[in-house]
Amino acid sequence: MAGPLDAMRDTRREWSINRARLIACLIGILMLMAVLVYRYYSLQIIQHDAFLTQSDRNRIRVEVIPPTRGQIVDRKGRLLATNQPTYVVGVIAERATDLPSLLEDLQQRLALTEDELEAFREGIAQRRPFETVPIKVGLNEQAVAAVAVDLHQLPGVVVEAQLTRHYPFADVLSHVLGYVGRISLEDLQALEADHYRGTLHTGKVGLEKRYESVLHGRPGYQHVETNAHGRLLRVLEKQPPQPGQDLRLHLDLDLQQIAAEALGTQRGAVVALDPLNGGVLAMVSNPSYDANLFVKGISYRAYATLRNSMDTPLLNRAVQGQYPPGSTVKPLLALGGLSRDFITTETTVRDPGWYRIPGDDRRYRDWTLRVRGGGHAERVDMRMAIAESCDTYYYDLAYRMGIDTMADVLEPFGLGRPTGVDTTAEQGGILPSTRWKREAMGEAWFPGETLSAGIGQGYMLATPMQLAQATMVLANRGTSFVPSIVHRVGDMTVGGVPREPLKMHEEDWRAVIEGMVDVVHGQRGTAASISKGITYQMAGKTGTSQVIGIAQDAIYEEEKVSERNRNHGLFIAFAPETKPRIVVVVLAENGGGSSAATPVARRVIDAWLNELSDV
Amino acid sequence: MSEYARYLDDSQRSFARPRTLAQWLHLDLVLLLPLCLIMVLGLFVLFSASDGDWSTVSRQLRNFVVGWGVLLVVAQVRIDTIQRWSPALYFFALGLLLMVLMFGVGAKGAQRWLSLGIIRFQPSEVMKVAMPLAVAYWVVRYGLPPRLGVTVVSLLIIGLPAVVIGLQPDLGTALLVAASGVSVIFMAGISWWQIMAGMLTALAALWPAWLFILRDYQKQRILTLFDPEADKLGAGWNIIQSKTAIGSGGWSGKGWLQGTQSHLDFLPESQTDFIIAVLAEEWGFRGVLCLLALYGLVVARGFWISLTAQSTYGRLLASAITLTFCVYVVVNMGMVAGLLPVVGVPLPFVSFGGTAIVTLMLGFGILTAISTEKRIISQ
Repeated sequence: MAGPLDAMRDTRREWSINRARLIACLIGILMLMAVLVYRYYSLQIIQHDAFLTQSDRNRIRVEVIPPTRGQIVDRKGRLLATNQPTYVVGVIAERATDLPSLLEDLQQRLALTEDELEAFREGIAQRRPFETVPIKVGLNEQAVAAVAVDLHQLPGVVVEAQLTRHYPFADVLSHVLGYVGRISLEDLQALEADHYRGTLHTGKVGLEKRYESVLHGRPGYQHVETNAHGRLLRVLEKQPPQPGQDLRLHLDLDLQQIAAEALGTQRGAVVALDPLNGGVLAMVSNPSYDANLFVKGISYRAYATLRNSMDTPLLNRAVQGQYPPGSTVKPLLALGGLSRDFITTETTVRDPGWYRIPGDDRRYRDWTLRVRGGGHAERVDMRMAIAESCDTYYYDLAYRMGIDTMADVLEPFGLGRPTGVDTTAEQGGILPSTRWKREAMGEAWFPGETLSAGIGQGYMLATPMQLAQATMVLANRGTSFVPSIVHRVGDMTVGGVPREPLKMHEEDWRAVIEGMVDVVHGQRGTAASISKGITYQMAGKTGTSQVIGIAQDAIYEEEKVSERNRNHGLFIAFAPETKPRIVVVVLAENGGGSSAATPVARRVIDAWLNELSDV
Repeated sequence: MSEYARYLDDSQRSFARPRTLAQWLHLDLVLLLPLCLIMVLGLFVLFSASDGDWSTVSRQLRNFVVGWGVLLVVAQVRIDTIQRWSPALYFFALGLLLMVLMFGVGAKGAQRWLSLGIIRFQPSEVMKVAMPLAVAYWVVRYGLPPRLGVTVVSLLIIGLPAVVIGLQPDLGTALLVAASGVSVIFMAGISWWQIMAGMLTALAALWPAWLFILRDYQKQRILTLFDPEADKLGAGWNIIQSKTAIGSGGWSGKGWLQGTQSHLDFLPESQTDFIIAVLAEEWGFRGVLCLLALYGLVVARGFWISLTAQSTYGRLLASAITLTFCVYVVVNMGMVAGLLPVVGVPLPFVSFGGTAIVTLMLGFGILTAISTEKRIISQ
């Protein structure tokens, strides 16, 4: 409709106004277009390379494929340490829209502990960008379902299937195998960090730690294309991981179980060696713990309970427990005496039930004095001194040898230093000498201490593993091997490293071993009680070691001392006597006496020789 | 009778009998052919942006069909009819906007939609069409160049709906609606000093606007423009990813369907507002230039139509529609490339979305009507 000025409007003027403005617009638009074109030119041509790199970095990610950890099998191929698929719930912080509320949600779904949350926060603080930080590991399918079903509603949450270490026989094998645990910062410093990207666990103790380098393997890498949500779309390039090598042990699962069963609730240790190569056939330490707890991440409280327990379940008594060897050193000392001509097999010692150092009033009692009110016999020879564990005979021998010669003759049996068995934290015991006492305690050696050492008491300490090694020397009459738990790594045989052979006269060996056979088979042998129904010749030596010092004139009465102060019972043995196939050491901590140990050894040797041995 | 009749007293409507189907349908082929090409190109880009989703493409095709239908109908309407109905349409749109403010349907914290049973639409889109019609109607009524009083009233006509839309809040549309109105006054020839004064006032209004009117997310968008790296995974994400997509395209692009930024979901809104980044990534700089050339053709033809329109009203309308179209292109491409703050402006005929297409086609219907009306009489 025309306006009020319609009649007088100047259309020509209006047209020219419009034309002028159109031209102005055109110029303006051309300028804007020029700016736009330049902008796109700048982005697409000038800065193209930078943006291309940026877009590749967006989508291509280098992922680590962690290697599968080697398995551990026993000598018959039974799986002792294996890998089970479990689920790990992790968080990519960059993709979480609201981390605190997400954590709250996850806490409800997964029942996170304070420890786990703490570990997660640490992980978040130290992560690489877009790295998945695990928050809960070791979940089974049902447990992970609480998160997996709502995964699409939980941005940033990742569920990954992972192989996690599992120890099916943890009740009897935790001390042998050790365990793997979450890699700690200290671990990372010791390990090659590159090889552990994508790996959550590393060996912490035992075989798992000792053989970490071969069990772990090498990680592989893949370049993957992911979308903006971190979802893997395709693999561009892949270098497969190199799985860890399997370990095959000398250990026999059945024998291990039998040994543990024979020990029962008795605190202590059993070590069984194959004298032909030093292989560890069984190694039990009681009480034990469940290594699987450490894989999942043991709670602080549970760990404190284990660590502070008076029964020290975390202590591997077989290699870490150091005990006075007691009379089990007697065969070794006898051999030393024979080789150094302090005695002959015919030498006898008068035994009234006690010994007195010439020129000293003090009486050193034989254990028989309390039991029988006298000695073993009028005169005691070496064979009898071993069979019946005559203290007087060894007081005399020790006194005449002196502590330093004793140390010299015991040293080749491996006392006083770690055996070198392939596990961790092995202790070396103490082989006392005047020099040792001066260095360790800054004191001079007293002659009375020599007598104590003569019956394996006093300062002398040895681990069951050391005693087993020493027994192997006896069993093999001089030759021995460094004990080894692992027989083969992958296809390669390891261990079986021979030790320096101990050269002795054949008759000396025979005499000492005859004495040890008498211990079991002789009528008055200290282990005669286990000889009933025995089908082979066993050589052994009992030992009882004092936990507390008993005053010379006081009498040790088992009923009156508290359980923790009762004597340790020890037994070393090998069988068959002629061609030994097994060496056994049993320690019964506070067992009262060797009778707590001897039946265990009999049971283990029976099982090995009659049922299990593959020879 | 409309204006041209007065200058051609002896003319008859039969004098301008159409010779071709296009003329008979009042279609300006020079304008509509590049439009068609843009649409075809847009469908290809959309196919890629939607990860080869045929249903998205077919829905967009349906939008185009509806758009062409609207264009065909509008093209048949005579300009003076449009002119006559301009104020009514304006008040109708304004009423709808006020209704949105009261009964609107929300989406992402903004009330923009009006739901009429099965159809949901944005009244602000109706206003995009109604605005230039109404302002042109008003200024033409009093002759060009407009006097100050006319200009002030025009600014009120522009400002009222713009504020209402801004309150929804939909800053992008408010600016576009305002721009379409302002372009009319500009074309009408208000004096340069008035323009300068207006610009200074606008600048002066920026400070209080920042303090009192803009919402936090709107400020964030503007701040992000200056420093997208400040919040890489938050507000800056879109712009970083779109620049990366554009930049990584290079001269020749990564190839159709080969864009990693879009196909791997790094690029947000890749089917709608940020679709130019998909084109730039996959077709490269040369693809961008091609699209710009097509837009340029449309704009050039739009200006030619404006220049040769026989009535002042037609001229104003044609240039306003063309300018609005230009603003769409420049603002969209500018914001995706990180030159302008992110406001919700689609890329004409390429971005997915029915409302914008229908609105634009309505505008082009008017444009082709203006064009053919002139041609009929010039023969």
